Amino acid sequence: MSAESVPKHPMRHLSDKAITRLRSGAELADLNGTRYRLIGQVARGGMGVVYAAEDQLLQRRVALKVLDVSGSEGELANRLMREARVLALLEHPGIVPVHEVGTLADGSVFYTMKFVEGKRLDQHIESVDSTPDRLRIFVRICDAVAFAHDRGVLHRDLKPANVMVGPFGEVLVMDWGLAKILADVSGAEPNRDGDSIPRLPADGNDGNSSGTLHGRVMGTPGYMSPEQASGKIELMDARSDIFSLGAILRYLLTERLPAGPSSQRARALDAICAKACALEREDRYAAVQDLAADVSRYLDGLAVSAHRESIFDKLARFYRQYRFFIWLIAAYLLMRVLLIVVVKH
Amino acid sequence: MDHDEFKGGDGRFPATRWSVITAVRGEDGAERERALDTLCEAYWKPVYKYVRLRWNRAAPDAQDLTQGFFAEMLERELLKRFDARKSRLRTYLRLCVDSFVMNEDKAAHRQKRGGDVQHLALDFAGAEEELSSGTIDAAAIASPESLEEFFETEWVRSLFALAVEDLRALCAERARERDFQLFEAYDLGDDGEISYAQLAQQYGIAVGDVTNALAWARREFRKFALDRLRAMCGSDDEFRRETKTAFGWNTA
Repeated sequence: MSAESVPKHPMRHLSDKAITRLRSGAELADLNGTRYRLIGQVARGGMGVVYAAEDQLLQRRVALKVLDVSGSEGELANRLMREARVLALLEHPGIVPVHEVGTLADGSVFYTMKFVEGKRLDQHIESVDSTPDRLRIFVRICDAVAFAHDRGVLHRDLKPANVMVGPFGEVLVMDWGLAKILADVSGAEPNRDGDSIPRLPADGNDGNSSGTLHGRVMGTPGYMSPEQASGKIELMDARSDIFSLGAILRYLLTERLPAGPSSQRARALDAICAKACALEREDRYAAVQDLAADVSRYLDGLAVSAHRESIFDKLARFYRQYRFFIWLIAAYLLMRVLLIVVVKH
Repeated sequence: MDHDEFKGGDGRFPATRWSVITAVRGEDGAERERALDTLCEAYWKPVYKYVRLRWNRAAPDAQDLTQGFFAEMLERELLKRFDARKSRLRTYLRLCVDSFVMNEDKAAHRQKRGGDVQHLALDFAGAEEELSSGTIDAAAIASPESLEEFFETEWVRSLFALAVEDLRALCAERARERDFQLFEAYDLGDDGEISYAQLAQQYGIAVGDVTNALAWARREFRKFALDRLRAMCGSDDEFRRETKTAFGWNTA
């Protein structure tokens, strides 16, 4: 160490006020040289910050996500870039569309997407008192996730905070930063309907390209599948997302619900949750569509695959489904009986 | 974490990806010295203030201990034992300071440094002035949590002050002294609020010029602070955590 290491200019003392000001000045993204004008910060996540910005060319509001540390290289920049590419691949009404990817003047990677006005699911459900309404939201989440799985993409961080519900009831699955590409197919291949599906190169089991190393846990406790929580990423597949969806369903059925479903009905929903959240992957639903179909069947008053009904359960469900007609027929029969009795006397 | 990710760099400012941890473990003597200089630059003030308040030492004693600590860091190659997977560098250094002071007390044979050890030219008078400015309440930092917080605050102060000096040097180099003056007046000043319009009037320039100058200066300041921070972290993960701490960013 040498004495010359000390700066020739005496180091300035910064007051607490100056530190606060420097922090707030450094926090805002510098959008100089882009077509966007900063409006304000919307949210801060584990990887970066989301700002509301105005696209000055198209004169519309967009959400701009940028890494909170500068640099266009490294694991985080790759992850952000990858997230944008995943979003671009997943064109679905339940997934927020991405507009542009770029680099800011300080080298930070950013992308812009549709600005979603609405509330996070965990905030939105406070105003949804009915179980069927909550289940309909859940089915729409499943639709978006099923679409992603069909495109070979796992979300891996599904939770209420990553779902937005818009003012017109639109349901959007957000934050694909931990997404993993499953399908090892580059270029395009036809889907079931014969349309061409663009795909991203798959992540290896080491997961380096998406920043997930074996043994490293990424996700949210309470919503992570056991294989994800234990860092066994090579075991993760669509059923890992199904576990998270099951946890979301359970959350929707218990969180701030003024009146839960009747005990018999709750058994069917409990069975759906239990099957989705089974510890062993083999015991869960094989596909998100199956989970959504079970919930839809429940909404339609039909038997669900996860719950084996007794004869009494079947009768009770039959009664619930056709009670109007049952009462109508009963009333008709009663009237006939009364009529016969009156005529005989 | 693979330390090879960090590459060495030359120049007045720490280059991106250059790391003191890697350099100090390397074979290159000049690089090792530069690494310790960088570390000393950022940490001597927090260490000094910490010794003064945490260990309740008089100024000459704290100065001696601060000098001694950095000398010991060099002699005993303390940084080689640092494991980025186990703790942050900042916490490790603070614990090393504690251990050093305790050992010095126990042995009770501390000799005045200065004979065989080269003294660092540290501005202790400036540090004393800061301590006596009344902004630090010694009574409020009695608990271990508040000690950690105090050390962290002083470390951020030191880091930002160095980044400000980097910015000043850059402005001088590029003949943008006015931009630094604007930055100094708006972001570093303590004499009440001043508006962009007032600054524009004072310097006889357009408000847009003030906006641009401040945006540029803040961007450069941030870059310098991040570069210095990156250089003093042992892994990308530590760098991210330390960035959040330094800039006060809390994740949702």
